Amino acid sequence: MNSITASSEWTSVCRIGEIVPDTGVCALVQGEQVAVFRLAGDALYAIDNIDPDNGAAVLSRGLTGSLGERVVVASPIHKHHFDLRTGECLEAPQHGVRVWKVRVDGDLVQVGRGDR
Amino acid sequence: MTMKLVVVGNGMVGHRLLEELAALPSSGLDVTVLCEETRAAYDRVHLSEYFAGKSADDLSLVTPGFFERNGMRLRLATRAVGIDRAMKRVTTDGGNVVPYDKLVIATGSTPFVPAIPGNDRPGCLAYRTLDDLDALVRWGGQSRHGVVVGGGLLGLECAKALRDLGLETHVVEFASRLMAVQVDDIGGQMLRQAIEELGLVVHTGKNTLRIDDGETRRHRMVFADGGHLETDLIVFSAGIRPRDELARLSGLGVGQRGGIMVDNFCRTRDRDVYAIGECAQWGGKVFGLVAPGYEMARVVAKHLGALLTRRQAAELPEFAGADMSTKLKLMGVDVASIGDAHGATPGSRSYQFSDGRRQVYKKLVVSGDGRRLLGGVLVGDASDYGQLLQMMLNGLELPESPESLILPALDGKPKAGPAVDALPASAQVCSCNNVSKGQLCAAVAAGADTIDALKQATRAGTSCGGCVPLATQIMKAELQRQGLAVDNRLCEHFAHSRQELYHLVRVGRIKRFDDLLARHGRGLGCDICKPAVASILASCWNEFVLQQEHAALQDSNDYFLANIQKDGSYSVVPRMPGGEVTPEGLIRIGEIARKHGLYTKLTGGQRVDMFGARLEQLPLVWEELIAAGFESGHAYGKSLRTVKSCVGSTWCRYGVQDSVGMAIGLEHRYKGLRSPHKLKFGVSGCARECAEAQGKDVGVIATEHGWNLYVCGNGGMKPRHAELLAGDLDADTLVRYIDRFLMFYIRTADRLQRTSTWRDNLEGGLDYLRDVVVHDRLGIAAELESEMRQVIDAYACEWKKAVDDPQVRARFRHFVNSEAADDQVAFVPVRGQVRPATAEEKRGRLGGIPVVVETE
Repeated sequence: MNSITASSEWTSVCRIGEIVPDTGVCALVQGEQVAVFRLAGDALYAIDNIDPDNGAAVLSRGLTGSLGERVVVASPIHKHHFDLRTGECLEAPQHGVRVWKVRVDGDLVQVGRGDR
Repeated sequence: MTMKLVVVGNGMVGHRLLEELAALPSSGLDVTVLCEETRAAYDRVHLSEYFAGKSADDLSLVTPGFFERNGMRLRLATRAVGIDRAMKRVTTDGGNVVPYDKLVIATGSTPFVPAIPGNDRPGCLAYRTLDDLDALVRWGGQSRHGVVVGGGLLGLECAKALRDLGLETHVVEFASRLMAVQVDDIGGQMLRQAIEELGLVVHTGKNTLRIDDGETRRHRMVFADGGHLETDLIVFSAGIRPRDELARLSGLGVGQRGGIMVDNFCRTRDRDVYAIGECAQWGGKVFGLVAPGYEMARVVAKHLGALLTRRQAAELPEFAGADMSTKLKLMGVDVASIGDAHGATPGSRSYQFSDGRRQVYKKLVVSGDGRRLLGGVLVGDASDYGQLLQMMLNGLELPESPESLILPALDGKPKAGPAVDALPASAQVCSCNNVSKGQLCAAVAAGADTIDALKQATRAGTSCGGCVPLATQIMKAELQRQGLAVDNRLCEHFAHSRQELYHLVRVGRIKRFDDLLARHGRGLGCDICKPAVASILASCWNEFVLQQEHAALQDSNDYFLANIQKDGSYSVVPRMPGGEVTPEGLIRIGEIARKHGLYTKLTGGQRVDMFGARLEQLPLVWEELIAAGFESGHAYGKSLRTVKSCVGSTWCRYGVQDSVGMAIGLEHRYKGLRSPHKLKFGVSGCARECAEAQGKDVGVIATEHGWNLYVCGNGGMKPRHAELLAGDLDADTLVRYIDRFLMFYIRTADRLQRTSTWRDNLEGGLDYLRDVVVHDRLGIAAELESEMRQVIDAYACEWKKAVDDPQVRARFRHFVNSEAADDQVAFVPVRGQVRPATAEEKRGRLGGIPVVVETE
């Protein structure tokens, strides 16, 4: 029910309490689908929501976790792992996704376009 | 130049020869096989399993395409009636003539039918072939009482078959004890007690004089001692006689008591004619076991291979007799005989232990100096067989007090015995298939790290299965030795197997993933360990999977309580226990699907699947389904899916029990049970098996007297028939056994391991499983039942909880910050319903080509 508050660069998408710890949500940011994750210690990550392998908009619904030093989400469709810091797809490098900037302002989660 | 080879007989040994030939590197063989039976080779050792539900196909020894692939001609229903050795050709019963360069006779044996007047009356049968078994089933159907003549190994197997057919079964033995060849007097006595407790009647020392018309039953057997016994059906299984008539007719040497005489290369007196298996006689002996026959087949294959390549025959294997040790399970009673079981060796000594209460008898025969094991007898508990056999075969040094090998371990200390490391590499572990310890170790080094893989790689344990425990020990020791330590860690976050984690959760009464990770793991967890632990927690405590602490552990399917499809939409499956649904229920489902634009299809598990629901539609659909009286079908979970049933005795002309009622009861009992993988059940109302229960994890088939319980079946990628765990159960016992079976599986299986794979890798196999579930050998049955009780009592429909919980419900929206729908989910019409749009169609839509887009 949050209205999209757009400043020049950042879009507020929800309150942090709306994301169940260790899971993700999907936000509509400037017409695009962004998966936003809240992990241990309220660390936030944001990547594209669409799994390039199959075009399904589902990455926000994947299981999060760690593989070695990487923090990853596993796509629900074929369990490909995406690095939440870099957007790399571990199983299929050609299917990497974009990383979005994300921060908390008060208790508002805000997403902005990444550099890459 | 090709060599024309004719093989007469396609039994177990004859077929083994063909397999050995197919494995030869050299080609140039032109093989014709004459098989008198209408079926190609099948497993006679496990013949009685035909009555416990195995089909002729299950018993087949022929891998699909074997004959075609190897260019061998198989002529079924073709009996060889003559050999013209001068012209080198075989004549068949159809008058055809088949020329040969080399001939192998593998005609096996026939059951010995004592020359008793009346032995050919209708209803007097033999027990040897599948056709015999079919005859037995036919006659069994018209009989209430059956007698097996012969109390040897085969006779008792046959008695089991009669009992499985539901007949009151008697065994009549000429000698003074059962299994006279393999066991001694006390062993025979113990065996008799155990078998009589199972409801069979044993008569020993009975010489049958004649068979007449009975007064109350079809036959009357009159004994030399003046007594008589009336019965409806008589089966002769009093030993075997070699089928050597072809050899007799063609002047090949035949022993006095039968059997074609062969040399160390299994050649007859004609250098171009071999004989192998039970039709052959070597060193004055006919070997009535399959292992020596297999060895003969190997010797002949190597010999023929050498002839083809004109190699020197110097290092060719020779048949050198065979160890006749055997181990088998007769109606649940272990019986084993090793080497010199009767202490016939001059100067030998023996040790005996017997326990009348547990009906266990063990005897060791050792050399005069007490240093070497010569033989032994085990009745009631043959778990030491593999170890003792290896000690005997390899001449290993006995411990100072040999009796310690058979005495029960009173102080709980492991018994003295050779570690597998003490066995030389040449030690033969699998005698049926002649597999040595060295070969097993080599296979392990080459990557066989499960018992299933080891069986496939070496054939060890694939015939009688007696060596599987020993082979498993060797595998584990070898893995450890090679530093390959059995790596069954769940993932990088837990250095434990699923089984260990399950135990840690139970014992530590751990209820949260975070606690488990903090105490026994590291890192954040991943998509492997999170759902696995979620499943363990649910199996143990059955808390709501979507409550805050568990929600983040669930796979997308469990997180949204629906099955995700390729386009990110979901399918919805309401439970229809036993496949039963009222017309009103069907109408309501139809209305709901129509209202929400869902594609509907019937599943293989007798219910309706509704596809194409968007995330935000799921709670709406479920509110309506719940209002219509439906519950979650758990199609999304690693949990009980369906209990498929046939219509049963309520409607069906053939049904003997109420299969629908039973299926509904079972489905309600186990619904919501989380397990290592999905579980499917089936319940059939009669032996026609319309519910295909034998392809399910748990299959229940009605009998006249109750229910047969089958377990560990599977359809899917690698079909596996379920095996009979227990028969003729009443409903309460059936449910108790299923409780125990399921909880034991949940305790011990690996993550995502179906019951079929679990069973294939279970040390000790079906016997062990039966010991645990039926005989409660581990003493955990009550515990397993009470754990199941807890899960059942904690059941609640997950969807009811989800739609009633505002926090949970709030998660069912695609965008956290917009009510817009996911534009990646789009449908096009097909056959009056919808299907997901393809990528091209979606692009087309964006490019302005009209596509039907389904919206709420």
